Amino acid sequence: MRLAAPVKPSSAKTEQIILFRVSGQLFAVSSASVQEVRSADSMSGAAVEISAPGIRKVRYVVRRGDRSLFIVNGAMHFGLHAAEGALLFVLRKTRTALLIDGIDKMTTMTRLQALPLSFCHEERQWYRGLTALDQTVVPVVKPEGFLSSEELALLDAALLQSDNSASALEEMKPAQ
Amino acid sequence: MTVAAELELQAFVLLRLGERRFAVSANQIAELVAPSRVFRFPHRTSKLEGVILRRGRIVPVCDVSEVLLGKRLTSRRFYLIAVRKYGTLKEWIAVPVTGECELINSEMMAASESDAPHVAGWLSHDGDVIEVLNLDMLTPGPEQTIAQVAALQTTEARP
Repeated sequence: MRLAAPVKPSSAKTEQIILFRVSGQLFAVSSASVQEVRSADSMSGAAVEISAPGIRKVRYVVRRGDRSLFIVNGAMHFGLHAAEGALLFVLRKTRTALLIDGIDKMTTMTRLQALPLSFCHEERQWYRGLTALDQTVVPVVKPEGFLSSEELALLDAALLQSDNSASALEEMKPAQ
Repeated sequence: MTVAAELELQAFVLLRLGERRFAVSANQIAELVAPSRVFRFPHRTSKLEGVILRRGRIVPVCDVSEVLLGKRLTSRRFYLIAVRKYGTLKEWIAVPVTGECELINSEMMAASESDAPHVAGWLSHDGDVIEVLNLDMLTPGPEQTIAQVAALQTTEARP
């Protein structure tokens, strides 16, 4: 006979979060999901331009060994007014570096409420849920929600194409 | 009135949107509250304005005026907090209304096939014929998201 899995008792667990802004809009991300915080300028030297059809939110990629990090413009991802972005969050266990305006503060959330069921489109991929902090409601982003597997495949294809073009140009050089 | 006729009566909440009145089954209504701050954040679901905080809950604000009146109403005096069903799950939603609500007992005539999907039926009150709204059809939340979301119902933060 199989028994139902025991229900975990609810405890008041807390989670460290970083409050950040994109185009003036406040968001939260678990601090455990952020591997690095870099200034956008510090990455600009290593960033290479990329263009994948239909993915306007990614214009640059950064190579780190055999790994490529795609720089996602947070404002374009969320459909907000275009902003330059001053900081980058390199998100752990993803291939995303998120371009944001800046960090507001670090704080603790005690309760994450699931996104209400009325929200039924892309935002379900964007957010883990909502949290109430100081009488304000803040959406908590899902690090893996910035690039879907389809988008990653398109970006990888664009990257491969750009590498092949670069190699072809290199091969042509001695002949010139 | 006969006992049989009394049994047909159901409780409805009459709400006002602009110049028109609509009805919702009273057992779907939690409360009527004064407007509070709407928290907005990016999303792609139409008819949703944002969320309000009510009794520690985060409640989505579903503006139904455009569907019902063909235009958005900017003036609002209250939020009608209703219970919206999503399959077996239930959640509160806040519907902005422009006037005070009224509780009445009336007999509902069933909707016909030609009525819009959000019409649950009709009732007659004070010389008016009033649409009874089916909030489950009127407010967003497609069935396909239910399975996904049931897994995300954990309300406690997970570090």
